[in-house]
Amino acid sequence: MKSGAKILFESLAKEGVETIFGYPGGSVLPIYDELYDSDVRHILVRHEQAAVHAADGYARASGKVGVCLATSGPGACNLVTGIATAYMDSAPVVAITGQVPTTLLGRDAFQESDITGITLPVTKHNYLVPRTEELGRIIHEAFYIAGSGRQGPVLIDIPKDVTTGTAEYNAESDSLVSLRGYQPTLQGHPRMIEKAMNRIARAERPLIYAGGGVISSGGSEELVQFAEQWHIPVTTTLMGLGAIPCDHELCLGMLGMHGTECANYAVTECDLLIAVGVRFDDRVTGKVEAFAPNADVIHIDIDPAEIGKNKRVDIPIVGDVRIALRQMLQENESRTSPRQWNERVAQWKEEFPANYPDDGKLRPQFIVKELSDLLNGRGIIVTEVGQNQMWAAQHFCFRRPRQWISSGGLGTMGYGFPAAIGAAVACPDEPVIDIAGDGSFQMNIQELATVAQYNIPVKVVILNNQFLGMVRQWQELFYERRYSFTELPPVDFVRVAEAYGVPGIRVDAPEDVRAALETALNTDGPFVLDFHIEREENVMPMVPAGAAINEMILGERK
Amino acid sequence: MRPHTLSILVENKPGVLSRVAGLFTRRGYNIESLAVGTCEEPDMSRITVVSIGDDEAIEQIKKQLNKLIEVIKVSDLTYSDHVAREIALIKVHAEAGSTRAEVMQLADNFRARIVDVGKKTVILEVTGDTSKINALEDLLRQYGIKELVRTGKIAMPRGSKMISPKYR
Ligand SMILES: Cc1ncc(C[n+]2csc(CCOP(=O)(O)OP(=O)(O)O)c2C)c(N)n1
Repeated sequence: MKSGAKILFESLAKEGVETIFGYPGGSVLPIYDELYDSDVRHILVRHEQAAVHAADGYARASGKVGVCLATSGPGACNLVTGIATAYMDSAPVVAITGQVPTTLLGRDAFQESDITGITLPVTKHNYLVPRTEELGRIIHEAFYIAGSGRQGPVLIDIPKDVTTGTAEYNAESDSLVSLRGYQPTLQGHPRMIEKAMNRIARAERPLIYAGGGVISSGGSEELVQFAEQWHIPVTTTLMGLGAIPCDHELCLGMLGMHGTECANYAVTECDLLIAVGVRFDDRVTGKVEAFAPNADVIHIDIDPAEIGKNKRVDIPIVGDVRIALRQMLQENESRTSPRQWNERVAQWKEEFPANYPDDGKLRPQFIVKELSDLLNGRGIIVTEVGQNQMWAAQHFCFRRPRQWISSGGLGTMGYGFPAAIGAAVACPDEPVIDIAGDGSFQMNIQELATVAQYNIPVKVVILNNQFLGMVRQWQELFYERRYSFTELPPVDFVRVAEAYGVPGIRVDAPEDVRAALETALNTDGPFVLDFHIEREENVMPMVPAGAAINEMILGERK
Repeated sequence: MRPHTLSILVENKPGVLSRVAGLFTRRGYNIESLAVGTCEEPDMSRITVVSIGDDEAIEQIKKQLNKLIEVIKVSDLTYSDHVAREIALIKVHAEAGSTRAEVMQLADNFRARIVDVGKKTVILEVTGDTSKINALEDLLRQYGIKELVRTGKIAMPRGSKMISPKYR
């Protein structure tokens, strides 16, 4: 017989968990006591929201399930935003929460909250563990569910008496998961694959629209191979950045609200849209009736519910993106390369590059470009939310999957810094950069204490405009510049960082950017760079909400 | 838009009903009727839901239901031949010597049973499909319906078609 707390760590070990991010409290005391002698690395964050974002960042950087731990009540509730963030972006996270003892459940006990009820709509599945006997099985189920099919967060709520109680646990037999209600379809249906290939062979203006599913399935290589074999241009979603190298001849960059002109025109004109691991999000489609209006749609996705949810699909392929692409690569259809179309697309690409003024002012786009050049394919870019996120997406050249980590679906300010901590822990040999706004950074700024304590080498690049920039941009464009509560008073981030024991530099001039970035990258451990950028810079191009995606507001051309 | 009858086979575990019901609300689908009970397997339950929507919307809700880990099978009975039943208990004003005889006669016509007789009221128990119960309710209204309780609809396909997976 073993205690529940012991079973917890034995089953985590069986799942290969090396690191967890957490914060202690009353109902998890037995778990923390067990942790005291455990081999698992525990990173003490300074707010539970950071624990779940870090677990999420760890998962996205490594492809493994990320794990976080919090106490009942306030601890558990502090996880909610992060769980919802992971849910919207299908990130595999297991969140473990303490709960009041089963004998007190439902009595409004001290620090009791119905966290399984609260997280029902934002988890792939969740558990309230009723007995110590079931703990081991539930943990293995949770990991299986989080990490398979369309991945997502799973929460396990463990009452205190379940961790103190004892039961038998056998890692071999208890980790055999069988769930009759959950059997993801991995192989694409052969008839649909064949149908898709026939349609592709006839296409005159085909376009691939690739998303986060390509990254999470590990199908980037297959995607590029497929695009090359058929000479089909590729545009990616925000979540799909890195699925094809940005400097690949067939890569058109991102589509949608802040997508490239080239990508948005190509979508509008294509006659066949091959949607791979995407969900036709409204930030991508704009006015959905005008999205790929002349195209047949092939949609490959592991989640059958995504097919036909937002846009009518002609050829559905339910399956793991990587496996389905492999099946498609095996079909021996052939077709002459769509020369005319490819030339047209190449011409757009050349004619409308991502642009920004070059006038001696400190522009955020320039900072991102400098960083991109300096890293030259290395590194992991994590972002906050807002303009900083879009500038990073538009101007950094992503060369491989999992190089880009950002909160796409929920758009959670405060995600980036803790997620970067997770990424840095998962990939200690990669430089990890959090591209931040001054607003977002302040949403989890307390994590400076965490990076200082563990010497986690996250470099924070603040694109400081003293505004909630993205909201200000909308106010400028759609609310007659009525900047209602979007101006932020200046904060001396260098001194804040120093107070936590983290070095920092303030930069005001373009000519100092390179040296500052180099200093940060060459410093062991964390670093804060506070770039005071042009305050009212906008993210362009931009598709206004509800417009068709080829109806863009354009920035200045060079 | 039309009523769809969905038969949902689920794991018999705590919280399953709120997962299923919550999904309908969250995704903006209404529940017209709901019936939950045990089924032929002790560790499973069957939920029968009637929801109004066009075929596309119902297709989406079926897919979303299938994503719930504890949902084992979803069957849409709308377009297949099936038996559907509801039960209603209707307490009607029916005084002896006054309208009671008429009410009893109506009950008889609908093959409803009288399950309670009070001084001023009787309780009718009627079983049937939705329209039969609606019809009786309409006719009884003139006598004065004091209270009415109705179960959700339960349904089963006719013949060899099954709503259970072929696990046996
Ligand atoms: C938690 C949260 N609250 C509010 C918002 C709405 N919002 C989106 S972008 C943005 C401004 C972000 O400002 P900042 O972090 O300074 O970045 P910038 O846009 O200036 O680069 C806000 C408030 C959000 N996305 N997340």
